[in-house]
Amino acid sequence: MAETLDKVRPIDVGEITAIPMGQGRCYIVGTEEIALFRQRDGRLFAAQNRCPHRSGPLAEGLLGGNHVICPLHAHKFNLDTGKGTEPNECLRVYTVREVEGKILLSPEDVDS
Amino acid sequence: MNSKKQKLVVVGNGMAGARVVEEILRRAPERFDIVMFGAEPYGNYNRILLSNVLNGSQNATDIFMNSLAWYRDNGIRLHAGVKAILIDRERGVVVGVPLQKDAMAYSVDAAAEWGVPEIEEPYDNVIIATGSRPFVPPMEGFGGPGTFVFRTIDDCARIADYARASRRAAVIGGGLLGLEAARGLMTHGVEVTVLEAAPQLMGAQLDSEAGDILRKTIESMGIKVLCNTITTRIVRPNGRITDLEFRDGATLDTDMVVVSAGIRPITETAEASGLKVNRAIVCDDQMRTSDPAIFALGECVEHCGQLYGLVDPIWEQAEVLADVITSTRPDAAYRGSKLGTKLKVMGVELASMGETRPAGPDDEVVVYREPVGGIYKKLIVRNNRIAGAILLGDIEAADTLLQMFRAGVKVPARRADLLFGTPTGVGLLQVSDLPDNAQICNCNGVSKRQVVEAIETGGCQSVSRVGAATKAGTGCGSCKTLVAQLLESCLGEVGFDPGEHYYVPGIALEKSQLVAEIKNRGLKSVSDVFRELAGGNEDAASKVGLASLLKTLWPGEYEDERDARFINDRVHANIQKDGTFSVVPRIYGGVTTPDELMRIAQVAVKYQVRMVKLTGGQRIDLLGIKKENLPGVWKELGMPSGHAYTKAFRTCKSCVGTDFCRYGVGDSIAMSQKIERRFQGVESPHKMKLATAGCPRNCSEAYVKDLGAVAIEGGQWEIYVGGAAGGSVRKGDLLTTVNTDDEVLLYMGRFMQYYREHGKYLERSYGFVERLGIENLRKILVEDSLGICEQLDREIQKAVDAYHDPWKEADLPDHPAQFSGPELAYVLDVAENNG
Repeated sequence: MAETLDKVRPIDVGEITAIPMGQGRCYIVGTEEIALFRQRDGRLFAAQNRCPHRSGPLAEGLLGGNHVICPLHAHKFNLDTGKGTEPNECLRVYTVREVEGKILLSPEDVDS
Repeated sequence: MNSKKQKLVVVGNGMAGARVVEEILRRAPERFDIVMFGAEPYGNYNRILLSNVLNGSQNATDIFMNSLAWYRDNGIRLHAGVKAILIDRERGVVVGVPLQKDAMAYSVDAAAEWGVPEIEEPYDNVIIATGSRPFVPPMEGFGGPGTFVFRTIDDCARIADYARASRRAAVIGGGLLGLEAARGLMTHGVEVTVLEAAPQLMGAQLDSEAGDILRKTIESMGIKVLCNTITTRIVRPNGRITDLEFRDGATLDTDMVVVSAGIRPITETAEASGLKVNRAIVCDDQMRTSDPAIFALGECVEHCGQLYGLVDPIWEQAEVLADVITSTRPDAAYRGSKLGTKLKVMGVELASMGETRPAGPDDEVVVYREPVGGIYKKLIVRNNRIAGAILLGDIEAADTLLQMFRAGVKVPARRADLLFGTPTGVGLLQVSDLPDNAQICNCNGVSKRQVVEAIETGGCQSVSRVGAATKAGTGCGSCKTLVAQLLESCLGEVGFDPGEHYYVPGIALEKSQLVAEIKNRGLKSVSDVFRELAGGNEDAASKVGLASLLKTLWPGEYEDERDARFINDRVHANIQKDGTFSVVPRIYGGVTTPDELMRIAQVAVKYQVRMVKLTGGQRIDLLGIKKENLPGVWKELGMPSGHAYTKAFRTCKSCVGTDFCRYGVGDSIAMSQKIERRFQGVESPHKMKLATAGCPRNCSEAYVKDLGAVAIEGGQWEIYVGGAAGGSVRKGDLLTTVNTDDEVLLYMGRFMQYYREHGKYLERSYGFVERLGIENLRKILVEDSLGICEQLDREIQKAVDAYHDPWKEADLPDHPAQFSGPELAYVLDVAENNG
């Protein structure tokens, strides 16, 4: 029997310094690729890593102003809402916060 | 079900019916509840490909356009095998009867299934797309075993079955469909004779001379052709067909007969419903019938006295109808179609448009014949416009001619250019001449209509606005001049929004203003610039451009923030569509060694490189490398970065020059290696690709490079700037001619520095040279009219001195995560109780 995800306890993804300032990094949480972003103003974001357009790795994208730009074809997404600038393109976004230098990801949206 | 939706009933499930539904769904997916009646018991298929089904090159299942699942997925209810017999306009319902399984779907009195009740569907709107049925000329004995028409998938199966037990087949009709049927029959091993009532084949598309050429070609394939032949009787002494009798008394032995002699519109449902029908169902420019709630399109329609039997007009009608019925463009109008087509008949390519014969003595006829090759080209020009054209055997000119014919544009004075292209290769067409559905942006599939709409109704006045609205020009960018032409023709001028001149979109300053601010305030990092000049608002799309600018402005002092780099520049490799990277090591002048090749091979094997590709820049590309393997790959290659991923000096390719070539007049290899060693890694507004050629034969394409040096007799080098051979093609302009290798390096470096300082971000050298003009550049860079040459030479030397090989970061990464792949953060599937 497989362990199911604890839907209450946040997932400790690791040290915040593991993500270079102003960049993203891809983490595998269960079966999902999740991109975590560390904006220069201190804000953290988490979203699905694969761009809905052609599956580009968003963690490798350019970050700024609460948006990420996909490295493959420059599709752009708001990381607060997941909404893309292209019609009908939307990311799953997750709740994420920093506690004492650790990144904590809320598990309720993560597939298990 | 949403009761607010309007009910739309589509009568007919052929290519026209399905296409108009697709067009409607594209515009207003939620507006209608859609019900379709189709007399054939299938989804919708491409009737044009039926001949391929008959000749066995495609299966019947291959030609379906919309499977039954498509109807389900789009919430369309399809009554397949049900024929709509009446639109009861008083009660607002369409009445259909289920047909027997083996019924001829298109026959007037197709047999209804006994004892099955009629189906009624209420409607707000009806679209009639009943198409047409085969026309059978009057003759005795048609019908019954051995006689066929050629119209549906079921017909194909019936014909193929019967042909297996036959030796000889006759096809009545020498038009397009008849010849296609004959081709299909040939593959079933029967002797085929084509019978045509007119004196020539394909009278609708060809003149008699072209018809004769086609006939000879077809006969050489083993098909017999009889023209001027009208069949009066099918002779069937013992139930099986033995021969045909013709009007002139002659006979022909045959076992079967396929009639493919044209089509007639299916109109009985419209007639029974009281709609106006002449030769076909009469429609106005909005594709409305005489009842405004009922529309029609396709082969069953008569518009301005014209009937159409090709797909292009149907596609145009479908767009107009969908625009009108969804109120997307209520005033959209169908103005009739100019008929032109490209075909392949039995392997013979032909194109035909408009009239096939001159209408009067004032019509100008241009003909080219090549009898042995089976090539025939004919143009009919009236009032300087194409009234008709026939191309047989060589149809390369067809696309341009069709566009000019449809758009009704004036043709060039040299008529030969129309048939053979212009001597200079310059296009014959202006963008304003193109039809509305012509594709402007080939990267993003944007049509002229979409661009024009963005300009006229979307209020876009600049190339960048059009790009933002439609995506045109946002791919490779080479269609931007076409977009500008359209702006000019719609608005009289190409406007600009101030944003177009901002150096980066996130900061409202032009380049010179931005540079002044950066210098005055001493801003040395991208985040400094956002804080000081953009109120702290970081704009992701502006980061890379700013980084490039700062690096040029503060050589050695720039504070490099890696998040302001595009991924390629963070990991010094080029990202590919699957997220892997490509690695191109530097190979100076395209000259490598066995030792290097062995190391490259070993790396490729060890890291399971998916493709090893020789590049256009005379280098070797290793493709499909994972990010986490990049440092290992670089170390084991032991070669410096080729910078094939960044906006910088890329490579200098070369021909073999004087060492081996018997024509070489200058040592192009030594020159190119000097250039490459000096300028490797120098960054610039866009990439720079260079070449040297050992003589003006230009084998290394130096004339079309950003910078090129071409050796000429007398030990001299010509230096060309602003060449291009990518999405745009441009021969470089001669900057100057020099006597020594050192002078080549001097002027090339001077040009590069001036381009680095004054080029716009992402402006290639060809745009830069055109913008400033070669005369002007020559004054500045050769004659030193501004007195800045010494300064430029000093600055480029600094950039050269600052060179370091970025692949050295293999040992000293900028951040521990620089080359890391996805990090395993939480393992979900942990087995708990294995016991």
